[in-house]
Amino acid sequence: MKTVELRTPLDEKQISTLESGDKVFLSGEIYTARDAAHKRIVSLIDEGRDLPFDLQGAVIYYVGPAPSRPGQVMNSAGPTTSYRMDSFTPLLLEQGLKGTIGKGPRSMEVRDSMVKHGGVYFAAVGGAAAGIASTVKAAEVIAYDDLGPEAIRRLVVERMPLFVVNDVMGNDLFEAGIAEYKREE
Amino acid sequence: MREIDVAVITEAVKDLSISTNIYLPDDVKEALRSSLEKEESPLGREILQVILDNHDIAESEKMPICQDTGAAIVFLEVGQDVHLVGGALEDAVNEGVRQGYREAHLRKSMVADPVLKRKNTGDNTPAIIYTRIVPGDKVKIVFAPKGGGAENMSEVRMMTAADGIKGVKNFVVDRVSRSGGNPCPPVVVGVGIGGCFERSALLAKEALMRRIGEPNPDPDFDEVEKELLEKINNLGIGPQGLGGRTTALAVHIRTLPCHIASMPVAVNIQCHASRHGETIV
Repeated sequence: MKTVELRTPLDEKQISTLESGDKVFLSGEIYTARDAAHKRIVSLIDEGRDLPFDLQGAVIYYVGPAPSRPGQVMNSAGPTTSYRMDSFTPLLLEQGLKGTIGKGPRSMEVRDSMVKHGGVYFAAVGGAAAGIASTVKAAEVIAYDDLGPEAIRRLVVERMPLFVVNDVMGNDLFEAGIAEYKREE
Repeated sequence: MREIDVAVITEAVKDLSISTNIYLPDDVKEALRSSLEKEESPLGREILQVILDNHDIAESEKMPICQDTGAAIVFLEVGQDVHLVGGALEDAVNEGVRQGYREAHLRKSMVADPVLKRKNTGDNTPAIIYTRIVPGDKVKIVFAPKGGGAENMSEVRMMTAADGIKGVKNFVVDRVSRSGGNPCPPVVVGVGIGGCFERSALLAKEALMRRIGEPNPDPDFDEVEKELLEKINNLGIGPQGLGGRTTALAVHIRTLPCHIASMPVAVNIQCHASRHGETIV
């Protein structure tokens, strides 16, 4: 396990060096999307229409932030549970998405798709939302303002602390971690 | 008869909606601190420290602990000698939620139609309100913002007498095991046994309101709670599900009598940000 400074957009070479268990400080532009936005993005892909942002090398953060106060860049913004996006993720990986950030494990289908298309899944600490907000240096809604907290935002993050859960080799930090600490009765 | 203007209820709900989302109860913070001392996993300890640091940031910056500021769960105990004036009680509660979530910039997480349109109501109403009429001339308000991630890992199962306490234990441990890292462990596990189908679920949620460290009033169920906590922490799920000793901070059981044919059991999972507070008017 190592500590890695990573900058978006991500490419195959960067991704191939990441291993499950690595600590990552992520910087650069990332995009927020959760349940409702994923539904809309996948509809656009199905209809062959343009997307609100370029998926090539992109990182999606599963988050619905609390609304910012006047003068505040970002209010509390911790990860939401990732499995709810599992049914949408393989299609996005096929289209060039390289990274996702959330909490909780992914389905085997998503894990296989990350191995096949070269993608990585990062965990942020769920509930540590006020701390994570301080790593967000800029934020703007770029699509689906009507969805409120579920709108798509472009964030500029600086050294956002993450852990690599799933790497391109097919490893999974949840499985490994639980196996290490499970006590048989 | 004591008259209480519902505007007082609105004000109290508003204040609670803000304070509970920023300040975690002392017992929860203490449970997290002591779990840090016991945690064997280095990654688990790092995560617990991040969680504890986040409480300090939330308090000093007056920011919500978690961006998921929850569905507004409100338990009301209305004294039967109280005469509420000035409007409808539930409207007053919803107005408190509306004002609190707006003024403190808390996230609005309620959709009006749960399946077809799923349009956000924009003000985090309606609150989910449970009202009991009790003796006395006061109104007690308990406010608990409940996040969606942990709520989604909850379940009700209609068990039978033949399943017995062994069946209950297996169900509770299995429910936590299947939840893995999804509900933001370390969790608090609320268990409701008895009543009927829907009442068991409410018991489980009420059980989450008990202070961590306060024993179950029934010594037999207190033992069951201790055994379940040990079994759950032996699962190895750990902080955020990434492995470790601290999967749950506490297991709280509430029971009620039930029908001879039934044994409803509900498990309500609460994330580590176990937010709740109360006011008596």
